Amino acid sequence: MHRSSRESIFMLLMGSFLVIYILWPLVGLFVRADWDLVVSSARDREVTGAIWRSIWTAAVSTGIIAFFGTPLAYFLARKDFRGKAFLEAIIDVPIMIPHTVAGIAVLMAFSPKAPLGSLLVKIGLSPVNSHLGIILACMFVSIPFYVDAVRDGFYGVSPRVEKAARTLGASFPQVFFRISLPLARKGIVSGLIMSWARGVSEFGAVVMMAYHPMVAPTLIYDRFATFGLKYSTPVAVQLIIVCLGMFLVLRLVSAGKRREDMNND
Amino acid sequence: MIEIQDLSINLGTFQLNSLSLKVEPGEFFMVVGPSGAGKTILLEAIAGLRPLVQGKITVAGRDITDLPPEKRNVALVYQDYALFPHMSVLHNIEWGLNFVDKPDKKRVNELIGLFRLESLLARSPETLSGGEQQRVSLARALAVKPTLLLLDEPLSALDPSFREELSDYLAEINKAGMTIIMVTHDFGEVLSLGNRVAVITDGTLQQTDDVRTVFKEPANRRVAEFVGMKNLIECDICSNRASVVDYSAIIEIKDGRPERKALLGIRPEDILVSKTCPLSKLNTFRGKAVSLIPRGMVFDVTVQTESRLRLTANVLSSDLVSKNIRAGEECWINFDPESVHIF
Repeated sequence: MHRSSRESIFMLLMGSFLVIYILWPLVGLFVRADWDLVVSSARDREVTGAIWRSIWTAAVSTGIIAFFGTPLAYFLARKDFRGKAFLEAIIDVPIMIPHTVAGIAVLMAFSPKAPLGSLLVKIGLSPVNSHLGIILACMFVSIPFYVDAVRDGFYGVSPRVEKAARTLGASFPQVFFRISLPLARKGIVSGLIMSWARGVSEFGAVVMMAYHPMVAPTLIYDRFATFGLKYSTPVAVQLIIVCLGMFLVLRLVSAGKRREDMNND
Repeated sequence: MIEIQDLSINLGTFQLNSLSLKVEPGEFFMVVGPSGAGKTILLEAIAGLRPLVQGKITVAGRDITDLPPEKRNVALVYQDYALFPHMSVLHNIEWGLNFVDKPDKKRVNELIGLFRLESLLARSPETLSGGEQQRVSLARALAVKPTLLLLDEPLSALDPSFREELSDYLAEINKAGMTIIMVTHDFGEVLSLGNRVAVITDGTLQQTDDVRTVFKEPANRRVAEFVGMKNLIECDICSNRASVVDYSAIIEIKDGRPERKALLGIRPEDILVSKTCPLSKLNTFRGKAVSLIPRGMVFDVTVQTESRLRLTANVLSSDLVSKNIRAGEECWINFDPESVHIF
């Protein structure tokens, strides 16, 4: 056997431990689930409503993060300044702190007694136990996943390409939208997927801000606490099917694009 | 005319200091200097891509100092081409037309013909060779009809065959009336393409003059070293003689000069090496060949004279064989007083 093949097999065998570690519990969940209950819960409006709520609130929070986070990611990729490392560390804080703590922090910031929360209440928005509360919690935990991925995407775009474009008569916004954004698309797609996936799967922060209306992870916990494992598993299986489906579609789209790019090299 | 007055840039770790230049319309102006001298920064400043600490830039009488890059009508072509990888060759070339008042498609077709890009138009830039990418980059820059074309080492990343081809294109573009400022670190490119040249080292302008003047009469040691003058020696000048400091050698120089300490330089290609004593006794020294270093078709032959002068000469490989010059053996060196440059 060729030496490089042996090395590859060794690496694969070592790495397969982690792949199995991911797949084993998930496959077990599907194998051990009561499929009659899975099918019947698919018609349960509380279940479908919670899953749909998870999907769209995560999408809205990702949209807001993308709107504000893309310029921030570009700024971080293009500028070197004193305190940059500190700013990047602040952006990554939500990854490092426990999500229940994140939830408490967001709750304290947006509770009706806090200045921000009272401001929202004054304009007719309820930041606690509402869809807005879910979105605020999702945003807090998803920001680093989006900003980091998009910043890395912009790092991959040569500043010289942008500069050359400016000398051809394009203004900064024209270069940003026509050159920088399309060239950073891999990072942006990756950031969108990661941010959305983080939002959909968030429980700790969301449950602090809004136990009701329930998102899927809260409903799974609620069913587990009230009825036990047997009745929480069908909801978990459905959430996994929906999320993995969307995740796979998005990954395949971006992988297809990447393959196309590699063929051009 | 392009006029740069007192231009200064501060990048924290690097500074470009009070630089002034004038470039005539239709001129092929070269900017040379070693890596890190600030050449690319100068081009980017002219293009409006670097903030100035002070200075003024005028192009054809128009003050462009405070204009954004897109309003200057100054195109910049980078060494690494900076093509848009997500667009075809044709879209790259046409891209700048999106931002001009009267897009000239005819001009684009002319450029496609000039740079022989017809068969490449549908291709992605990443599938092209370096020479092809540089041709596309030039066509893209010229499509917007710039007043001034800035070239950042356009030949240095290319194979020798592509380099020659692209040099011809650049000469042709300049001949058609385009004013060009080209940055390079290769003085050979300056000699073959440029009208005038500015030499920059460490962010400071050392000399600006006609290419041949800079080559023959470098203003100081840094320029001399950059234009390939290798034998630089401290000396005392007295009339038409230079006595080399600390050595017993006397070197004859052209024209009588007042007494002073100076630096003399002799180009390696101006020194003759022979196995036997040459007929001329002026600037003729006996010594020993201490090293023979191949440089393509020539050898750098370093000779240590009896008076402890150490001079390097360029000798053709064929001459080296025919004259039977070997390392460690005795030989003679000789050079004309006209070849001795005094700084």
